[in-house]
Amino acid sequence: MSAGDQDWDEGIPERLYVITRGRSGLAEQATFDLVTLIVSRAEPAPTMQPEHAAILRICGAPLSVAEISAYLGLPTSAVTVLLADLLADGRIEARSPVPQAILPDRALLEAVIHGLQRL
Amino acid sequence: MDYRGSDTIAGPARADLLPDSATMAVKVVIVGGFGVGKTTLVGSVSEIRPLTTEETMTQAGAGVDDLAGVERKTSTTVAMDFGRISITDELVLYVFGTPGQERFWFLWNGLFEGALGAVVLVDTRRLEVSFDVIGRLEDRGVPFVVAVNSFPESPGYPTEDLRAALDLDPGVPIVACDARTRESSKDVLLTLMHYLYGLSARAGR
Repeated sequence: MSAGDQDWDEGIPERLYVITRGRSGLAEQATFDLVTLIVSRAEPAPTMQPEHAAILRICGAPLSVAEISAYLGLPTSAVTVLLADLLADGRIEARSPVPQAILPDRALLEAVIHGLQRL
Repeated sequence: MDYRGSDTIAGPARADLLPDSATMAVKVVIVGGFGVGKTTLVGSVSEIRPLTTEETMTQAGAGVDDLAGVERKTSTTVAMDFGRISITDELVLYVFGTPGQERFWFLWNGLFEGALGAVVLVDTRRLEVSFDVIGRLEDRGVPFVVAVNSFPESPGYPTEDLRAALDLDPGVPIVACDARTRESSKDVLLTLMHYLYGLSARAGR
Protein backbone atom coordinates (compact mmCIF):
# COMPACT_ATOMS: atom_id res chain seq x y z
CA MET A 1 0.00 0.00 0.00
CA SER A 2 1.57 3.26 -1.05
CA ALA A 3 1.61 6.38 1.05
CA GLY A 4 -0.17 8.16 -1.77
CA ASP A 5 -3.12 5.88 -1.42
CA GLN A 6 -3.87 6.68 2.16
CA ASP A 7 -2.34 10.04 2.72
CA TRP A 8 -5.49 11.94 3.45
CA ASP A 9 -4.71 14.97 5.42
CA GLU A 10 -6.65 17.96 6.47
CA GLY A 11 -4.75 20.88 5.02
CA ILE A 12 -3.87 24.05 6.79
CA PRO A 13 -5.55 26.53 4.47
CA GLU A 14 -4.72 29.53 6.64
CA ARG A 15 -0.99 28.91 6.45
CA LEU A 16 -1.12 28.40 2.71
CA TYR A 17 -3.18 31.55 2.36
CA VAL A 18 -0.43 33.53 4.10
CA ILE A 19 2.38 31.95 2.08
CA THR A 20 0.68 32.63 -1.24
CA ARG A 21 -0.89 35.90 -0.07
CA GLY A 22 -4.28 34.59 -1.05
CA ARG A 23 -3.51 33.56 -4.60
CA SER A 24 -4.98 30.23 -5.69
CA GLY A 25 -2.27 29.22 -8.13
CA LEU A 26 -4.76 28.60 -10.93
CA ALA A 27 -3.33 31.31 -13.18
CA GLU A 28 0.24 30.25 -12.42
CA GLN A 29 -0.42 26.62 -13.28
CA ALA A 30 -0.73 27.68 -16.90
CA THR A 31 2.93 28.74 -16.76
CA PHE A 32 4.34 25.88 -14.71
CA ASP A 33 3.90 22.20 -15.41
CA LEU A 34 4.71 19.59 -12.75
CA VAL A 35 7.86 18.83 -14.74
CA THR A 36 8.94 22.37 -15.62
CA LEU A 37 12.60 22.46 -14.57
CA ILE A 38 13.55 25.37 -12.32
CA VAL A 39 17.09 26.73 -11.89
CA SER A 40 18.09 29.54 -9.51
CA ARG A 41 19.48 32.66 -11.09
CA ALA A 42 19.95 34.63 -7.84
CA GLU A 43 21.16 34.06 -4.32
CA PRO A 44 18.64 33.84 -1.50
CA ALA A 45 18.53 37.06 0.53
CA PRO A 46 17.56 37.55 4.19
CA THR A 47 14.85 40.03 3.24
CA MET A 48 13.00 37.52 1.08
CA GLN A 49 9.94 35.58 2.08
CA PRO A 50 11.43 32.37 3.58
CA GLU A 51 9.73 30.13 1.03
CA HIS A 52 11.21 32.14 -1.85
CA ALA A 53 14.66 31.85 -0.29
CA ALA A 54 14.21 28.12 0.23
CA ILE A 55 13.38 27.62 -3.46
CA LEU A 56 16.46 29.58 -4.56
CA ARG A 57 18.61 27.55 -2.20
CA ILE A 58 17.51 24.10 -3.38
CA CYS A 59 17.41 24.98 -7.11
CA GLY A 60 21.15 25.39 -7.62
CA ALA A 61 20.83 22.39 -9.95
CA PRO A 62 17.67 21.96 -12.05
CA LEU A 63 14.66 20.69 -10.09
CA SER A 64 11.14 20.01 -11.34
CA VAL A 65 8.15 21.81 -9.84
CA ALA A 66 7.04 18.45 -8.42
CA GLU A 67 10.38 17.97 -6.67
CA ILE A 68 10.28 21.49 -5.23
CA SER A 69 6.79 20.75 -3.91
CA ALA A 70 8.07 17.54 -2.32
CA TYR A 71 11.11 19.12 -0.68
CA LEU A 72 9.19 22.14 0.60
CA GLY A 73 6.23 20.07 1.76
CA LEU A 74 3.84 22.48 0.02
CA PRO A 75 1.07 21.73 -2.50
CA THR A 76 2.05 22.31 -6.10
CA SER A 77 -0.58 25.06 -6.40
CA ALA A 78 1.18 27.04 -3.66
CA VAL A 79 4.61 26.34 -5.16
CA THR A 80 3.57 27.65 -8.56
CA VAL A 81 2.47 30.94 -6.97
CA LEU A 82 5.88 31.30 -5.32
CA LEU A 83 7.66 30.40 -8.56
CA ALA A 84 5.66 32.99 -10.49
CA ASP A 85 6.94 35.67 -8.06
CA LEU A 86 10.54 34.55 -8.54
CA LEU A 87 10.18 34.33 -12.31
CA ALA A 88 8.70 37.83 -12.50
CA ASP A 89 11.74 39.12 -10.59
CA GLY A 90 14.17 37.24 -12.84
CA ARG A 91 15.43 35.18 -9.91
CA ILE A 92 14.79 31.80 -11.53
CA GLU A 93 14.92 30.29 -14.97
CA ALA A 94 12.01 28.04 -15.96
CA ARG A 95 12.70 25.35 -18.55
CA SER A 96 9.36 24.33 -19.96
CA PRO A 97 8.64 20.70 -20.69
CA VAL A 98 8.65 19.39 -24.21
CA PRO A 99 5.28 20.40 -25.61
CA GLN A 100 3.09 17.51 -26.76
CA ALA A 101 0.58 18.32 -29.42
CA ILE A 102 -1.38 15.11 -29.75
CA LEU A 103 1.30 12.49 -29.97
CA PRO A 104 4.95 12.88 -29.03
CA ASP A 105 7.39 12.97 -31.92
CA ARG A 106 9.37 9.92 -32.84
CA ALA A 107 12.83 11.35 -32.16
CA LEU A 108 11.82 12.09 -28.57
CA LEU A 109 10.36 8.60 -28.12
CA GLU A 110 13.49 7.03 -29.60
CA ALA A 111 15.59 8.92 -27.06
CA VAL A 112 13.38 7.74 -24.20
CA ILE A 113 13.43 4.14 -25.45
CA HIS A 114 17.23 4.14 -25.65
CA GLY A 115 17.48 5.74 -22.22
CA LEU A 116 15.18 3.14 -20.66
CA GLN A 117 17.02 0.27 -22.31
CA ARG A 118 20.22 1.43 -20.60
CA LEU A 119 18.61 1.29 -17.14
CA MET B 1 3.53 16.20 4.78
CA ASP B 2 4.39 19.04 7.10
CA TYR B 3 6.04 22.22 6.07
CA ARG B 4 9.43 22.08 7.66
CA GLY B 5 10.36 25.74 7.90
CA SER B 6 12.65 27.29 5.36
CA ASP B 7 15.87 26.98 7.34
CA THR B 8 15.59 23.27 7.80
CA ILE B 9 14.51 22.31 4.29
CA ALA B 10 16.91 19.81 2.86
CA GLY B 11 17.14 19.88 -0.89
CA PRO B 12 18.17 16.89 -2.95
CA ALA B 13 21.17 14.83 -1.91
CA ARG B 14 24.32 15.57 -3.93
CA ALA B 15 24.01 12.26 -5.75
CA ASP B 16 20.48 13.19 -6.86
CA LEU B 17 21.38 16.51 -8.51
CA LEU B 18 20.57 16.84 -12.19
CA PRO B 19 23.30 18.29 -14.40
CA ASP B 20 22.80 21.90 -15.43
CA SER B 21 22.50 20.61 -19.00
CA ALA B 22 19.06 19.16 -18.13
CA THR B 23 16.78 21.33 -20.21
CA MET B 24 13.81 19.15 -21.12
CA ALA B 25 11.52 17.01 -19.04
CA VAL B 26 8.72 14.65 -20.01
CA LYS B 27 6.33 12.65 -17.86
CA VAL B 28 4.31 9.48 -17.84
CA VAL B 29 1.54 8.62 -15.40
CA ILE B 30 0.93 5.31 -13.65
CA VAL B 31 -2.72 5.13 -12.68
CA GLY B 32 -4.50 2.44 -10.72
CA GLY B 33 -6.51 1.60 -7.63
CA PHE B 34 -5.37 1.49 -4.01
CA GLY B 35 -2.64 -0.98 -3.27
CA VAL B 36 -2.15 -2.07 -6.87
CA GLY B 37 1.57 -1.29 -6.76
CA LYS B 38 1.92 2.16 -8.34
CA THR B 39 4.47 3.36 -5.81
CA THR B 40 6.31 0.06 -6.02
CA LEU B 41 6.61 0.41 -9.79
CA VAL B 42 7.70 4.05 -9.53
CA GLY B 43 10.31 3.08 -6.93
CA SER B 44 11.61 0.20 -9.06
CA VAL B 45 12.51 2.37 -12.03
CA SER B 46 13.37 5.65 -10.32
CA GLU B 47 16.97 6.79 -9.97
CA ILE B 48 16.01 8.80 -6.88
CA ARG B 49 14.12 7.65 -3.82
CA PRO B 50 10.49 8.31 -4.76
CA LEU B 51 9.22 11.70 -3.61
CA THR B 52 5.73 12.77 -2.69
CA THR B 53 3.99 15.86 -3.94
CA GLU B 54 0.54 16.88 -2.87
CA GLU B 55 -2.36 18.80 -4.25
CA THR B 56 -5.27 20.36 -2.50
CA MET B 57 -8.78 19.24 -3.35
CA THR B 58 -10.90 22.33 -3.61
CA GLN B 59 -14.17 20.71 -4.57
CA ALA B 60 -16.59 19.94 -1.79
CA GLY B 61 -16.48 16.29 -0.86
CA ALA B 62 -20.21 16.18 -0.14
CA GLY B 63 -22.08 13.24 -1.52
CA VAL B 64 -19.02 11.06 -1.90
CA ASP B 65 -19.64 7.95 0.15
CA ASP B 66 -16.01 7.19 0.92
CA LEU B 67 -15.66 10.50 2.66
CA ALA B 68 -18.40 9.73 5.20
CA GLY B 69 -17.47 11.36 8.45
CA VAL B 70 -15.22 13.98 6.94
CA GLU B 71 -17.88 16.13 5.29
CA ARG B 72 -16.78 19.17 7.22
CA LYS B 73 -13.48 19.31 5.44
CA THR B 74 -13.11 22.26 3.16
CA SER B 75 -9.61 21.38 2.08
CA THR B 76 -8.22 17.92 1.58
CA THR B 77 -4.84 17.07 0.22
CA VAL B 78 -4.01 14.05 -1.86
CA ALA B 79 -0.47 12.80 -2.20
CA MET B 80 1.16 11.57 -5.40
CA ASP B 81 4.40 9.64 -5.47
CA PHE B 82 6.81 10.15 -8.30
CA GLY B 83 10.25 9.17 -9.46
CA ARG B 84 12.80 10.29 -12.01
CA ILE B 85 14.90 8.73 -14.75
CA SER B 86 17.67 10.65 -16.51
CA ILE B 87 17.38 9.74 -20.18
CA THR B 88 20.27 11.86 -21.48
CA ASP B 89 22.20 14.82 -20.11
CA GLU B 90 19.44 17.03 -21.50
CA LEU B 91 16.29 14.92 -21.16
CA VAL B 92 14.64 13.75 -17.93
CA LEU B 93 11.64 11.43 -17.58
CA TYR B 94 9.36 11.76 -14.55
CA VAL B 95 7.03 8.93 -13.57
CA PHE B 96 3.98 9.86 -11.49
CA GLY B 97 1.70 7.46 -9.67
CA THR B 98 -1.87 8.63 -9.17
CA PRO B 99 -4.93 6.96 -7.67
CA GLY B 100 -7.56 5.94 -10.19
CA GLN B 101 -10.76 6.49 -8.24
CA GLU B 102 -13.09 9.08 -9.62
CA ARG B 103 -12.81 11.31 -6.58
CA PHE B 104 -9.14 11.91 -7.44
CA TRP B 105 -9.75 12.92 -11.03
CA PHE B 106 -9.44 16.57 -10.08
CA LEU B 107 -5.70 15.85 -10.07
CA TRP B 108 -5.70 14.83 -13.69
CA ASN B 109 -5.78 18.20 -15.41
CA GLY B 110 -2.26 19.27 -14.56
CA LEU B 111 -1.02 15.72 -14.49
CA PHE B 112 -2.00 14.52 -17.94
CA GLU B 113 -1.43 17.87 -19.62
CA GLY B 114 1.58 17.22 -21.83
CA ALA B 115 2.10 13.66 -20.55
CA LEU B 116 3.53 11.24 -23.10
CA GLY B 117 1.04 8.59 -22.06
CA ALA B 118 -0.17 6.44 -19.21
CA VAL B 119 0.12 2.97 -17.74
CA VAL B 120 -3.06 1.55 -16.22
CA LEU B 121 -1.82 -0.76 -13.50
CA VAL B 122 -4.34 -3.50 -12.87
CA ASP B 123 -4.90 -5.94 -10.05
CA THR B 124 -7.04 -8.78 -11.43
CA ARG B 125 -8.63 -9.18 -8.00
CA ARG B 126 -10.13 -5.71 -8.35
CA LEU B 127 -10.81 -4.90 -11.96
CA GLU B 128 -13.65 -2.47 -11.30
CA VAL B 129 -11.44 0.57 -10.65
CA SER B 130 -9.81 0.02 -14.03
CA PHE B 131 -13.09 0.30 -15.98
CA ASP B 132 -13.61 3.92 -14.98
CA VAL B 133 -9.96 4.82 -15.44
CA ILE B 134 -9.81 3.36 -18.93
CA GLY B 135 -13.01 5.11 -19.95
CA ARG B 136 -11.71 8.38 -18.63
CA LEU B 137 -8.37 8.06 -20.43
CA GLU B 138 -10.16 7.23 -23.67
CA ASP B 139 -12.39 10.29 -23.23
CA ARG B 140 -9.33 12.48 -22.71
CA GLY B 141 -7.48 10.96 -25.64
CA VAL B 142 -4.54 9.86 -23.48
CA PRO B 143 -2.74 6.87 -25.04
CA PHE B 144 -2.18 4.08 -22.52
CA VAL B 145 -1.09 0.49 -22.05
CA VAL B 146 -2.40 -1.93 -19.43
CA ALA B 147 0.01 -3.63 -17.04
CA VAL B 148 -1.21 -6.45 -14.85
CA ASN B 149 0.71 -6.54 -11.60
CA SER B 150 1.22 -10.14 -10.51
CA PHE B 151 0.22 -10.84 -6.96
CA PRO B 152 0.69 -14.40 -5.71
CA GLU B 153 -3.02 -14.81 -5.05
CA SER B 154 -4.23 -13.04 -8.21
CA PRO B 155 -6.30 -15.13 -10.53
CA GLY B 156 -4.42 -15.51 -13.77
CA TYR B 157 -6.54 -14.56 -16.77
CA PRO B 158 -5.57 -15.14 -20.36
CA THR B 159 -4.77 -11.78 -21.94
CA GLU B 160 -7.68 -11.96 -24.36
CA ASP B 161 -10.16 -12.61 -21.54
CA LEU B 162 -8.80 -9.57 -19.75
CA ARG B 163 -9.05 -7.52 -22.93
CA ALA B 164 -12.68 -8.51 -23.24
CA ALA B 165 -13.37 -7.88 -19.55
CA LEU B 166 -11.84 -4.40 -19.78
CA ASP B 167 -13.44 -3.75 -23.18
CA LEU B 168 -10.06 -2.72 -24.60
CA ASP B 169 -9.34 -1.88 -28.21
CA PRO B 170 -7.40 -4.66 -29.94
CA GLY B 171 -4.37 -2.44 -30.40
CA VAL B 172 -3.88 -1.56 -26.74
CA PRO B 173 -1.00 -3.63 -25.32
CA ILE B 174 -1.54 -5.69 -22.16
CA VAL B 175 1.54 -6.85 -20.29
CA ALA B 176 2.05 -8.83 -17.12
CA CYS B 177 4.56 -7.36 -14.70
CA ASP B 178 6.13 -7.69 -11.31
CA ALA B 179 6.26 -4.10 -10.12
CA ARG B 180 8.87 -5.01 -7.50
CA THR B 181 11.58 -5.61 -10.06
CA ARG B 182 13.30 -2.92 -12.07
CA GLU B 183 13.58 -5.09 -15.16
CA SER B 184 9.86 -5.81 -15.27
CA SER B 185 8.83 -2.23 -14.49
CA LYS B 186 11.24 -0.96 -17.13
CA ASP B 187 9.62 -3.33 -19.63
CA VAL B 188 6.22 -1.80 -18.82
CA LEU B 189 7.53 1.69 -19.63
CA LEU B 190 9.20 0.38 -22.77
CA THR B 191 5.91 -1.23 -23.86
CA LEU B 192 4.25 2.16 -23.50
CA MET B 193 7.02 3.92 -25.45
CA HIS B 194 6.95 1.37 -28.29
CA TYR B 195 3.15 1.68 -28.43
CA LEU B 196 3.41 5.49 -28.59
CA TYR B 197 6.09 5.18 -31.24
CA GLY B 198 3.78 3.03 -33.34
CA LEU B 199 0.95 5.54 -32.95
CA SER B 200 3.24 8.41 -33.91
CA ALA B 201 4.60 6.56 -36.89
CA ARG B 202 1.09 5.81 -38.15
CA ALA B 203 0.10 9.42 -37.61
CA GLY B 204 3.14 10.43 -39.69
CA ARG B 205 4.72 12.48 -36.92
